[in-house]
Amino acid sequence: MNETLLKSTTAVVNKNKTNTFTAGLEEYTGTWETAQVVHLLKRMLFGASAQHIAYFKQLTMQQAVDELLLPTAPPSNYPLNNYSVDGYTDPTGVPLWQTWIDTGIALADKDLNEKRINSFKTWWLGQVLQSASTKSIHEKMTVFWHNHFATDTAISSDTIKARFWYDHYLTLRQHALGNFKNLAKAITIDPAMLYFLNGDSNSKQSPNENYGRELQELYTAGKGPNSHYTEDDVKAAALVLTGHTVSPITFTYFFDAGKHHSGNKEFSAFYGNRIITGYSGAAGATEVDELLDMILAQEEVSKFICRKIYRYFIYYKIDDDVEQTIITPMAQIFRQNNFDIVPVLSALFKSKHFFDLTYSSACIIKSPLDFTIGLCSEFNVNMPDAADSEATYAVWQSIENEAAEMQQQLGAIPEVAGWYAYYQEPAFHELWINTSTYTRRNIFTDRMIADGITNSNHTIAIDAIAFASGLANPGNPNLLIDQSVEVLLRYPLSASAKEFIKRSILLSGQMQDYYWTGAWNAYVANPADPSAKATILSRLKSLYKYIMNLPEYHLC
Amino acid sequence: MQRRKFLKQTIQGALLPSILGGLSVKAWANSPLLQSLSGANNDHVLVLVQLSGGNDGLNTLIPLEFYSNYNRIRPNIAIPENRVLALNNNLKTGLHPSLTGMQQMYNEEKLCAIQAVGYPSPNGSHFRSMDIWLTGSDTNQYLSTGWAGRYLNHQFPNYPIGFPNDVMPDPLALQIGSVLSPVFLSPTGFNALAIDESLNFYNLIDAIQDPAPNTPSGNELTYLRTVAKQTNRYAEAITGAAAKVTQQSPYPADNYLAAQLKAVAKLVAGGLKTKIYMVSMGGFDTHAGQVNGGNTLTGNHSALLKQVSEAITAFTKDLKFLGVSNRVLGMTFSEFGRRMQSNGSLGTDHGAAQPVFLFGDAVKQGVLGKNPDIPATTQAIDNVPMQYDFRSVYSTILRDWFCLPPNEVENVLLKNYQYLPVIQSTACNMDILELNNLGDNLIINYPNPFTSSTTITFKSAGGHTLVQVFDTTGKRVAILADKVYDAGTYSVTFNSVSLASGVYYARLQNGSLQQVRPMLKAR
Repeated sequence: MNETLLKSTTAVVNKNKTNTFTAGLEEYTGTWETAQVVHLLKRMLFGASAQHIAYFKQLTMQQAVDELLLPTAPPSNYPLNNYSVDGYTDPTGVPLWQTWIDTGIALADKDLNEKRINSFKTWWLGQVLQSASTKSIHEKMTVFWHNHFATDTAISSDTIKARFWYDHYLTLRQHALGNFKNLAKAITIDPAMLYFLNGDSNSKQSPNENYGRELQELYTAGKGPNSHYTEDDVKAAALVLTGHTVSPITFTYFFDAGKHHSGNKEFSAFYGNRIITGYSGAAGATEVDELLDMILAQEEVSKFICRKIYRYFIYYKIDDDVEQTIITPMAQIFRQNNFDIVPVLSALFKSKHFFDLTYSSACIIKSPLDFTIGLCSEFNVNMPDAADSEATYAVWQSIENEAAEMQQQLGAIPEVAGWYAYYQEPAFHELWINTSTYTRRNIFTDRMIADGITNSNHTIAIDAIAFASGLANPGNPNLLIDQSVEVLLRYPLSASAKEFIKRSILLSGQMQDYYWTGAWNAYVANPADPSAKATILSRLKSLYKYIMNLPEYHLC
Repeated sequence: MQRRKFLKQTIQGALLPSILGGLSVKAWANSPLLQSLSGANNDHVLVLVQLSGGNDGLNTLIPLEFYSNYNRIRPNIAIPENRVLALNNNLKTGLHPSLTGMQQMYNEEKLCAIQAVGYPSPNGSHFRSMDIWLTGSDTNQYLSTGWAGRYLNHQFPNYPIGFPNDVMPDPLALQIGSVLSPVFLSPTGFNALAIDESLNFYNLIDAIQDPAPNTPSGNELTYLRTVAKQTNRYAEAITGAAAKVTQQSPYPADNYLAAQLKAVAKLVAGGLKTKIYMVSMGGFDTHAGQVNGGNTLTGNHSALLKQVSEAITAFTKDLKFLGVSNRVLGMTFSEFGRRMQSNGSLGTDHGAAQPVFLFGDAVKQGVLGKNPDIPATTQAIDNVPMQYDFRSVYSTILRDWFCLPPNEVENVLLKNYQYLPVIQSTACNMDILELNNLGDNLIINYPNPFTSSTTITFKSAGGHTLVQVFDTTGKRVAILADKVYDAGTYSVTFNSVSLASGVYYARLQNGSLQQVRPMLKAR
């Protein structure tokens, strides 16, 4: 960020001083303690594990953010046949627990395709779950772009092959920490998206405006008060996009010049009355780059994307203060860096605004993915050996089902605008929570801390003793509670609440701390003693159940 | 794909189907027949009063019979003989001077004491011994369920699936306090809810809940708290019951146990069908300062017992005032008693067997068992020897208060225990009026509610006996018995896999007798 920008930011803050909002996008220079580390990790990753907290605490804040923004390598494994069960056989001959990725693209078999799509969705969830052990925002950012270019694999499942969705995920992933312009281009000609929003059938003979509209309304300019593209712009964009389709022979993207509208395309005043010159032949394919350049040249586009990033990572409320103090300079950074994504994220996560814990912390209601995967990460829930495909998919499916019950499933976004929580005014994140989903969340945590969740004989469960053992002072009931909530909660618990929890759970109503200390030490001295173990296990389970049943647990 | 559809209506309403079954048997909700369906076939309530820390039994129920030895081994904490409260028709045993209310309850035949309740090979750890009492395990056995949880699971095997319903619209059990006791753990999880004494739900406790500030996180927390409150599917039942009771007789102030019991009385009188309540009070771990030096009538233990006695007495009076005293049985217990000898700190160390008190209209007045023998040779390590297994008390409550057949009691407690003569035999027998209203259980079914099949047990006086099942429209869906039987009790299975959920009626016809049993098929 340049100095002029810093100055103007500060000026705006001072001018529009509010009682809750004081810090802008200037770099944070304050303390770097557990609270800041946990806050950063819970936002940039799915959950903050004890190991990650310890690791990042040793770095500086800047080093931590930089490392978390490093991309990770794409998955080295493929979605597998997990569906040749109960007598079903893959008609292309793919055996159980082998990948289907290179077979059957030309086969018109809706039943098979849907099985593969389910396999892909579970596998994607698995990639996110596995990323809990990495130290990168990469998968979370991929989910962000998935929400941005929202799709539902259940739509046109006879046409859109599971392989296309797999490639679609890789495309999102490839550009997730790259350049937004490249991402938008890649998605525009992505076979899954071409089918999904009918670009495949958009021709000069019968233009289909679906993608041309969403490109502007949902993906770039948005519907904000400063977005003034017109219906004619939708039509003109659709004409630019004619001919970009999927080959029915190779099943890959190709430009069909014969279907491309070669005339000039005129745009409205919003785009400076720009005319994109039409070309015939192969040159027609280049018009799409001009289209994207023209759209992205509008300042509103950079602001629209930055608002979405802000809502996803910081808080959903964007008032005039946030707009001027955060969004405007973020958008400026975005444009100055020619739409590279990392510099924007870097400025945001290093900002005073982000580390203003009073304002920016504990105000995101965990998405179902955050809630479920975050729990697995923070409790270091034991996962099956990766070589055991059956167990691995069973566990991935468990988490996928749980999150789906809470209304979030990868590859199944209910609206093209994304999950409601990220666009529906005015409630946003609160839409994750209703009496039904709140109950599901409580049942999920209750089961995970009780006997675990089992799918096809494979169980995942919280190991309460292991979690407590990983803390610095588990034998001291006060520190055990402090250090547990430091990881599990971002919203502070009052001293009286902690005292209450200690007394009623860890001390079972007794007054002296040494009863817990004695019980813990007895276990440590002889972990094989069933009595010692039962005594601390029941109380730890009760403790973590209680913490996870708190409304505060849903905040991160 | 179709042109996208933006959701216009409110999201909350549209997202998910109701998780509950929505069974409709409202028309029958007040019928006596349906009342008899409610799990245990009576409206009896058990209130567990947990005294945490290990109550000193010998200074609670004082062995006047062995006063000199008692005084000898407890010279610094013994209650003066002439201050021990006397019990009617019982010269051998008396009560701590703080227990004046309980003395009166005893003399009015509403209190029963059981001497030296414990278990073999006692464990001296608060935690472990409490777990043993709550789960009903042996000293070296580790159960993952509580005894009350197993009983509730036995009565309502499908809980929480299909609950609440019109048959059991209320929580199976309620814990006053914020953390559920392991006593309520069943094989399917906790069978109880926790609420605080001002009838707020757990984790919504006014006392420890700071108001959320006006910040983004505070705003979101407020929203979450609101939904959490709405989420509790029993909220309406509980607040509704509480609202029905506008007047109660007085309770002592500054007495947490009294405040908890006041809430229980309110809910019982308000009509909750909840079977078990648990209240608790801590502070009984009187290693030191159990009495004040020089005046053994004062000190911590005296103050604690005063609170217990005043709370239980006020509760008993209130139940009478509210007209529900015949429905409630109470039981006090601790994780253990204390050592026979006192220690040098005006206190007592962890012991073993302890007296258990039962209270209510239905108890038999008396002190069951003998005073603990106090030999002159008592050592510091000596404990009160056990006379009754604590699970005998549970067995007796299950059989004689919840009216469970002995074989089912055994299923719940995992073993056969001795029954104790502490509950009046009328508790599980109904008078003629009740019989006419409720039926004599000539035909019952279990489990109820059920999901796929249920076992119908009927009594035939001999001769032709017919058992039919009807749906609510009167359509006959099954004939389960239709022949001449010898007099006796028979069981048949009603398999309902192909039938919709809802109410069904099993009708018994035998000679001139007929009886109808409503049954509920849950989803």
